[in-house]
Amino acid sequence: MTAVPVPHRVVARRAETADTVTLRFEPVGSALPDFLPGQFAMVHSFGRGEIPVSVSSVQATGGLAHTVRSVGAVSDGLCAARVGDVVGIRGPYGTSWESARARGRDVVIVAGGIGFAPLRPLILAVLAEPAAYRSVNVLIGARTPSDLIARAEVASWATAYTGVTVDQPEVDWRGDVGVVTELLGRAQFEPEETTAYVCGPEPMIRATSRELAHLGVPRDRIQVSLERNMRCATGHCGHCQLGPLLVCRAGPVVDWTCAEPLLSVREL
Amino acid sequence: MSAAPAALDRDGLSALVAVLVADGRTVVGPTVRDGAIVLSELDSADALPYGWGVELEAGRYRLVPREDGAAFAHSAGPQSWKNFLHPSRERLWSADRTAEGEVTFTAHEPAAPAYAFLGVRPCDLRAIAIQDRVLIGGRYEDTGYGTRRRGALLIAAECTEPGATCFCISTGGGPAADPGYDLALTEVVDEDGHRFLVRVGSEEGARLLERVPHHGADLATEATARASVDAARDRMGRSLPPVDLRSLMGASLDAERWNDVAERCLTCGNCTMVCPTCFCTTTEEVTDLTGDHTERWQRWDSCFDLDFSYLHGGSVRRSPRSRYRQWLTHKLSTWHDQFDTTGCVGCGRCIAWCPVGIDITEEVAALDAERGTESD
Ligand SMILES: Cc1cc2nc3c(=O)[nH]c(=O)nc-3n(C[C@H](O)[C@H](O)[C@H](O)COP(=O)(O)OP(=O)(O)OC[C@H]3O[C@@H](n4cnc5c(N)ncnc54)[C@H](O)[C@@H]3O)c2cc1C
Ligand code: SF4
Ligand code: SF4
Ligand code: FES
Repeated sequence: MTAVPVPHRVVARRAETADTVTLRFEPVGSALPDFLPGQFAMVHSFGRGEIPVSVSSVQATGGLAHTVRSVGAVSDGLCAARVGDVVGIRGPYGTSWESARARGRDVVIVAGGIGFAPLRPLILAVLAEPAAYRSVNVLIGARTPSDLIARAEVASWATAYTGVTVDQPEVDWRGDVGVVTELLGRAQFEPEETTAYVCGPEPMIRATSRELAHLGVPRDRIQVSLERNMRCATGHCGHCQLGPLLVCRAGPVVDWTCAEPLLSVREL
Repeated sequence: MSAAPAALDRDGLSALVAVLVADGRTVVGPTVRDGAIVLSELDSADALPYGWGVELEAGRYRLVPREDGAAFAHSAGPQSWKNFLHPSRERLWSADRTAEGEVTFTAHEPAAPAYAFLGVRPCDLRAIAIQDRVLIGGRYEDTGYGTRRRGALLIAAECTEPGATCFCISTGGGPAADPGYDLALTEVVDEDGHRFLVRVGSEEGARLLERVPHHGADLATEATARASVDAARDRMGRSLPPVDLRSLMGASLDAERWNDVAERCLTCGNCTMVCPTCFCTTTEEVTDLTGDHTERWQRWDSCFDLDFSYLHGGSVRRSPRSRYRQWLTHKLSTWHDQFDTTGCVGCGRCIAWCPVGIDITEEVAALDAERGTESD
């Protein structure tokens, strides 16, 4: 079967920041299979096109939602969607955050910018079972305080440590300023006993994962979510290649053992 | 199929095409047009390029008359079967929006003529098998490709006249047809006449052969056919260095040679368009004037295009160096990781149709030489 979008109605819309919107969806007719945290969908903006977007909430906990940052034609169109509008979605695609192996251990989750969105359903799943993990640490970085997503929700989370930092402060910002890796010193984790999850811009993924590995977190326990141009999500268009990987199929979530050599080659 | 080989004469081949046409099949095969042997719909076997061969070199393609009148004694032309199975443009689905704002999506039923491909080269037969793995061999299926592919009848023509740009042996192939065909022809022209040895590769091929006048192949025909295919093995115009190509590519990511080839490469993408295995596509949204009907179209794309790797903020592969490296590394190395097969069948098209004559075999040899120098 050709992968054709399935109509979904926008049932809630929240402006997260000046350029980022969270849309919550319900199927108009038949539903898509359940998404897992870390997986993505191809989301269609009528007359504009289709783009890959991770799920920022899954059906199992709170319903399907996407958090979209407006950066071009299609994402602009999606951000402009209103409650009641119908949007085509197909999926689920790709790999998910692996959390079974993290049980009983320290968890470190590091998000940069819009990279917070794909990590959110993982954070909710982990926090829903506090006894299952030794500690949960959430580290969030953004360009400016105005770019921080879901601040109130983040503040409500019962973690061992939640750190938030920005590159450029604004007038009333009293929090941290600097890159997100600087927060690692304050998080509560024993590196050898840690599973880490990292999503954000590529330079941030590289710096954070290198630092985590340097501290002693096993490379195969550092999971990152990769981003490449994607036209099909079904392994046919060739656009999402990163060396040996088709990111839509082997990713977006891969471990650092796999990603490090690939992200170390310029223009791969 | 172990039935003894049969033989057809020219009239028999004409009858074969006539039967296919009468069955309502769209017969596609080689024919001479605009100074090249192209693949096109054939009404009859008369349109085959009887008496034509080709002369190939890097960046050069020329038709040459042949005295023996052979129909299939020419190597790959500018098109391949992907032009038919995986066409350059195809509608995937459309969406309609009502005045109330409801949206429906409709899959496009693929246009699927019942093809019969006549004269499929062994290299191209392998290229079809490779595209099968990519487009219908995984978890998701390209429906349009799958529909056309399953309906297509493949009549191979074994290779007796490799070109100067051919190197199928180096990619694990050869001039004899691998399984996958319905019928395989081997053309023989000698003092005993002009005929085609026929091997049957499927039930459908066997039924088809039964409907046209043919006879059991005599031993001489069979021996001559085998000998000319065997001889073709040793007449390949080019070769790749006999090294493990995957480790060569893996070791060459930082090679100087990429800068050298980038000085010559125009990043025009011709090599990817003519390549029978290159499958990459992009999609575009086409909206009608009302704005309430929109269509999703797929079209061929090329990794040489700057936008191919576009992400918000800029393309990943900006330099021509990185784009040529992506293409060559994919063909010979990462294709194996992704699809468990090579991405190159050694047909030589990319060499002949490169406007500046860049030669994949020469580039690989240079990379091998560079690695050799470094490890000395
Ligand atoms: C697996 C995955 C998950 C993603 N999750 C999210 C998310 O949760 N929230 C979010 O806001 N964004 C996410 N993105 C990025 C998002 O897909 C791009 O921002 C979007 O494609 C930009 O398209 P555009 O038409 O708005 O912009 P334009 O810049 O006009 O893009 C033109 C085309 O280029 C391609 N393209 C451009 N930027 C990207 C990009 N960053 N990634 C992939 N393709 C791109 C698209 O195919 C797009 O159609 C994700 C990307 C991937 C690969
Ligand atoms: S190698 Fe030749 S055909 Fe291919 S992109 Fe470069 S110039 Fe064009
Ligand atoms: S890379 Fe060149 S030689 Fe190899 S299959 Fe493609 S066109 Fe033919
Ligand atoms: S997005 Fe098309 S192959 Fe991965």
